[in-house]
Amino acid sequence: MADIAIRNVEKSYGKTAVLHGINLEIADGEFLVILGPSGCGKSTLLRMIAGLEGITRGEIAIAGRVVNTLEPRERGCAMVFQNYALYPHMTVAENIGYALKVAGLPKAERERRVAEIARIVGLEAFLARRPSELSGGQRQRVAMGRAMIREPKVFLFDEPLSNLDAKLRVQMRLEIRRLHQRLQATSVFVTHDQIEAMSLADRIVVMNQGRIEQAGPPRLLYAEPATRFVASFLGAPAMNLLPATIVAKDRARMADGTEIALDPGRFVVEIGQAVEIGIRPEDVMIVWPGSEGAHALEVEFTEDMGSSRLIHTRLGGMEFTVLQPAAQIEAEGHLPITIPEDAIHLFDRHSGKRLERHIPVIGTAASAAA
Amino acid sequence: MKAVRFPLPAGRLLRFAGAHAVLLVGAAFMLLPFLWMLLTAIRAPDEILTGGLNPIPRSFHAVENFSAAMQQAPLLRFMVNGVIICSGILIIQLLVAIPAAYALAKLRFPGRGLLFAAVIGGLCIPIQVPALPIYLALAEFGLLDSYFAMMVPFFLSVFAIFLFRQTFRGFPDEILQAARVDGLGEFEILWRIVVPSALPAIAAFSIFSIVAHWNDLYWPMIVIQRMDYAPPPLGMLFFANSETGASYGVLMAGATIITAPLVIVFLLARRRFVQGITMTGIK
Repeated sequence: MADIAIRNVEKSYGKTAVLHGINLEIADGEFLVILGPSGCGKSTLLRMIAGLEGITRGEIAIAGRVVNTLEPRERGCAMVFQNYALYPHMTVAENIGYALKVAGLPKAERERRVAEIARIVGLEAFLARRPSELSGGQRQRVAMGRAMIREPKVFLFDEPLSNLDAKLRVQMRLEIRRLHQRLQATSVFVTHDQIEAMSLADRIVVMNQGRIEQAGPPRLLYAEPATRFVASFLGAPAMNLLPATIVAKDRARMADGTEIALDPGRFVVEIGQAVEIGIRPEDVMIVWPGSEGAHALEVEFTEDMGSSRLIHTRLGGMEFTVLQPAAQIEAEGHLPITIPEDAIHLFDRHSGKRLERHIPVIGTAASAAA
Repeated sequence: MKAVRFPLPAGRLLRFAGAHAVLLVGAAFMLLPFLWMLLTAIRAPDEILTGGLNPIPRSFHAVENFSAAMQQAPLLRFMVNGVIICSGILIIQLLVAIPAAYALAKLRFPGRGLLFAAVIGGLCIPIQVPALPIYLALAEFGLLDSYFAMMVPFFLSVFAIFLFRQTFRGFPDEILQAARVDGLGEFEILWRIVVPSALPAIAAFSIFSIVAHWNDLYWPMIVIQRMDYAPPPLGMLFFANSETGASYGVLMAGATIITAPLVIVFLLARRRFVQGITMTGIK
């Protein structure tokens, strides 16, 4: 059992506060991804769990034991770093086995475990090499092997894939997922890459400016982003966000007079309220010219992405992208589209909060309000 | 040479030649005293002042000079003293400076900036300044005329602290953090992870230290009266005064013998030495 409880945790450097009251429960065996832009405090939070940063206020408990004052080595965490952080003058075998040597295990036992780990991470042929003789992907495997050999209660990953090239990143992502299925250790993975987050996580926590914006399963965050920030951060291509004003229960109007129809039963809005209308590029419907309620968009240019096509257009003077399956005929000149009412996400323009009659509460999403 | 191709355009060739001419003149100035020492050591007494730079002496007198030097002066004793003093100083310098430099480079604690400023300040103080108080203290405790007296002023090397601090600063923090998570204490991190990566800098400093203290005449002259404790230069001085008089050939043979270990050490560690000065840290 190694659940992690983070209660009202704050972090300040002098007068600069970087984390404001974080509350988060991580279940035993869960794979949690902390997602956010650089400077949002996600790495700081991870390093506070590891014990590499002090905790200004609040407490962190691992497996029910408050660890605020414990040294990193007493917390039972293993960490994988972005720059691998291998010991430069040691071989792969020494790097992987060093923690066991420090712990005073007999040599035979150490060698057996190093060989076993090397087999799991696929480094048997490289045990005698130095880190400088390995590729980036191999180095990251060594780093993971070094973390695994201690059989930690908690795995911490600090952007471990950021320095790898795109192909290797996808491959390592799968291997990390496989590893987690095999070891079932509680894992906290920090990244700024939303695809990594979506594909790895049991649950994603989106952070922004030292606060949790939303926490929940990837699918929920994608389908019902609680804030404008989460909506814009998750999803590639990014969600279209159109500033508008509510003019009737069932209509919003953009600055140039373009009107967008809303489902009056879904949203709690007031006439005159400033909102942003969110619509994912793949939810836009391309229709026949002259269809009822269609907007005719002027096509600026098209990006071919192989399986699909990304059409850059303007709607009401704002940038607007439409994702079209590559099988369809390529649009030219004007593109007639409609926006399905149930695909619309509506956010208050001032608070950035989602406007909907039912607020989704799954996992600890409630802490997003904190 | 396979390809017959002129490697450099004329302008660059000229600059290349010019630069090397300057370096050659510099090298000649540095090497001439050594050459003179070697020539004097192999010449007969009558030829020493008349032979000029002619490399081949009329009568080859090396064997006589070197054996006379070995017999008349306890050169071996001087060199053993030199080894004891240099290694004693170096070991304590490293034991003190490496942890101090690590703390200044990688640990956060109040007063760190002030302490580092003090180190920089210490670089500006020559040994002549604290010489008198140290001498008085040694005299007070009856420690004059001992190896300890010759070594004690140099145990704390601010230069070493400064050099190692600059080297350690380049060491990636993430590796230190990984080691902390792995369960290493700060001293283990320092000696087992950081120091092995800083070997070039340590080698460079070691050569500086050994050369400086092997050749040091000033401080041993102040604290040493008895010939048994004399390091090589002081020994040579005793030797020159008492035994040889104007026998320059024998004197230079002695000087050659005591200079040789340094030259050999430098040649062996040359590559590391250059590495250690030109770059700080790994990266």
